Amino acid sequence: MTEKPRKKTIRTIPQQRTPVREQDPKVRVTNFSEVTSAYREEDALNEAERCLVCPDQPCIAGCPVNINIPGFIQKIVSKDFRGAYDVITATNLLPAVCGRVCPQESQCEGVCTVGDTLEPVAIGRLERWVGDRAIDQGWVNIPFIEPRPFRIGIVGSGPAGMACAADMAKAGCEVTVFEALHQPGGVLRYGIPDFRLPNVVIDAEIRNLEKLGVAFECNTLVGRLFTIEQMIGEMGFDAVFIGTGAGYPSMPGIPGESLNGVLSANELLTRCNLMRAKEFPEFDTPLPLGRRVAVIGAGNTAMDAMRVSLRLGAGTVHCIYRRSRAECPARAEEVHHAEQEGVEFHWLTNPVEILDDGRGGVRAMRCVRMELGDPDESGRRRPHPVAGSEHEIETDLVVFAIGTNANPIMGQTSKLRLNRRGYIEADADLATSLAGVFAGGDIVTGAATVIEAMGAGRRAARSMKQYLGIRDLDAPYQAEGPGAERLFGIDLREQNFARIRLA
Amino acid sequence: MIAHVPARFDIVARQDFSDVTYLLEIAHPMMARVAQPGQFVMVMLHEHGERIPLTIADFDRDKGTITLVIQAVGKTTREMQQACRTGTALHAVVGPMGVPSPLGHARKVLCVGGGLGVAPVFPQARGFKEQGAFVIGVLGFRTKALVFWEDKFRSCCDELIVCTDDGSAGMAGKVTDGMARAIASHSDIDECVAIGPPVMMRACAEVTRPHRIRTVVSLNPLMVDGTGMCGGCRVKVGGQVKFACVDGPDFDAHQVDFDDLAARLRRFAEQERTAVEHWNEQCRLRQLA
Repeated sequence: MTEKPRKKTIRTIPQQRTPVREQDPKVRVTNFSEVTSAYREEDALNEAERCLVCPDQPCIAGCPVNINIPGFIQKIVSKDFRGAYDVITATNLLPAVCGRVCPQESQCEGVCTVGDTLEPVAIGRLERWVGDRAIDQGWVNIPFIEPRPFRIGIVGSGPAGMACAADMAKAGCEVTVFEALHQPGGVLRYGIPDFRLPNVVIDAEIRNLEKLGVAFECNTLVGRLFTIEQMIGEMGFDAVFIGTGAGYPSMPGIPGESLNGVLSANELLTRCNLMRAKEFPEFDTPLPLGRRVAVIGAGNTAMDAMRVSLRLGAGTVHCIYRRSRAECPARAEEVHHAEQEGVEFHWLTNPVEILDDGRGGVRAMRCVRMELGDPDESGRRRPHPVAGSEHEIETDLVVFAIGTNANPIMGQTSKLRLNRRGYIEADADLATSLAGVFAGGDIVTGAATVIEAMGAGRRAARSMKQYLGIRDLDAPYQAEGPGAERLFGIDLREQNFARIRLA
Repeated sequence: MIAHVPARFDIVARQDFSDVTYLLEIAHPMMARVAQPGQFVMVMLHEHGERIPLTIADFDRDKGTITLVIQAVGKTTREMQQACRTGTALHAVVGPMGVPSPLGHARKVLCVGGGLGVAPVFPQARGFKEQGAFVIGVLGFRTKALVFWEDKFRSCCDELIVCTDDGSAGMAGKVTDGMARAIASHSDIDECVAIGPPVMMRACAEVTRPHRIRTVVSLNPLMVDGTGMCGGCRVKVGGQVKFACVDGPDFDAHQVDFDDLAARLRRFAEQERTAVEHWNEQCRLRQLA
């Protein structure tokens, strides 16, 4: 006997967003443990009740990979947690990662119907809870995989490569992921710090991929050890996906930027996260330590660099950003956490020169105040310097987190067509100028988010299947009306065919 | 073609040139097949190790090995000197990295190596020879006991000038003196490759500048990933910022800002001292135990 669920309204659901426990800011700046604790089961159940299961489901459209969000939340409500995991993993491979690092406020939660009146449903926290539970319980969804005689090469083991690898492995292909560093995971490993994304989560997600049959080959620099052309030629890969990320940090081009106390956020984070320099000298990689750190930029990478600096023992950490808080591109939660932890924000401020301490290091940074003018092509208001507003900020370590340029290795070593800015040119299906070679993520779009890269990886996998003639389960076959000729119920156009490779 | 990097990076041979300089030959058939003069590898000794860039000093396509010549100066290179024996393996070796040195149109080339720079200039000398160029080698060492690979250079150089600071082998003087002698007797040198410590490379650049000989140096700043991602290896060349790992490591010597390079090489001097002290202490404790 099934009781018809009582229809929820904005008045009947729990009014408050279920709070989550966080480490006290004073304590957490002294450790690298995760800042936000997970929901407990009762928290998740309570928060799941807040979903109205509204008819237009804007959250699904708001998600770059279109997770069936009301679907998984209803599974939580009915305490079918494994079912919730199944719903999420039908579209998103890495719930424990995305629940932590997606900018939900500008995606699913930003368009949540509940959010019109109350605080939106904490979709990210619920997703993370399901993902963590799956890791904890050892759940993994390995579908029945029918092997196909296709070999797929993936260049780069970051989020784009992982997503594409998973989809192609599920389609039965033999997938090999090549990674230049000594550990797989890409930006998840070298970029995002432990207190935001613990390594155990990355390890678990990579193990899941291995269970799907994906092989990881580290210490392999594609382009230099072998080229993309060789992969689809003599190495016998039927299709290749390039997800190498943007890398190549931009430098601002101001005097003093080659001083020894100046580095990119990528370098700081890689030393700290991948190379474990925070445990120096137990680990051999050193780290420049600053007492007064100035981080330029206000994206997620900048927030990570600031919060890492605090944990490494910096007394003060300044955030220097040329626009105002409203334009700040970081996740709202990261800015909030950084503020709690004591980062000093200097909005509408731009560095013009880094000043020498006389010993090759940094003494201070000269900055100007900015004001916002008319919107530029990105729609954000363009900042202009205010005359006579020059001032100095005392600092001994300057970290640049102002975005990245395209990594040149692919362009140097293959005939792939690049765009004007050096990124790989790809069409709407993410196909590149070389047949059988697809590309996605930051190396196509420039710096973006983890989930957008994953979305690109999945889109490329769809195109790859089409290119290889693998039927895409997401696009079920439908006979077209009475016009389609059939013989014994079989569409005549559906003929046997064999792919051949010319030697 | 071989489609896998080896599961282990085995050291198949080791040779000691002096109490600080040693050679390691590493089995990596795939890399040996494609390595080019001027390229480098990133090496990690063990799981807790740092990633250090080392120029490929030789490669043997038939044997499937690459050769590194290393000087024990910091913690990692000293530890490697102690730990790396024939039969042991490195934790990670990735490469070949960097843009290969363009060999080709030069007809008469000066290949200059100073100290440890002697090793990485060898593939260039051999490469030029294979391209049909007239190769003049200039090798500089402190003293006779430190001389290595003279026979290898003799096999690919049309002329070889060995210089020692104390005159115990070859001519007495620095590589710059050897270069001056070579330039004096050959007016038609059209390219020079110089590899060694920054001070030496800068001096070499000044020797060739008045003669307008195109001069290439191989820069070795600090690196973390070696793939263009961290920007730690940025150098100033012709007033522009370049990343040695993906834009180099070879650059036009007459454009390189050597002051900037020298300053940036001192970035972690203090931490380097700490690391060496920490390691010495550990070695002492191990000996006591």
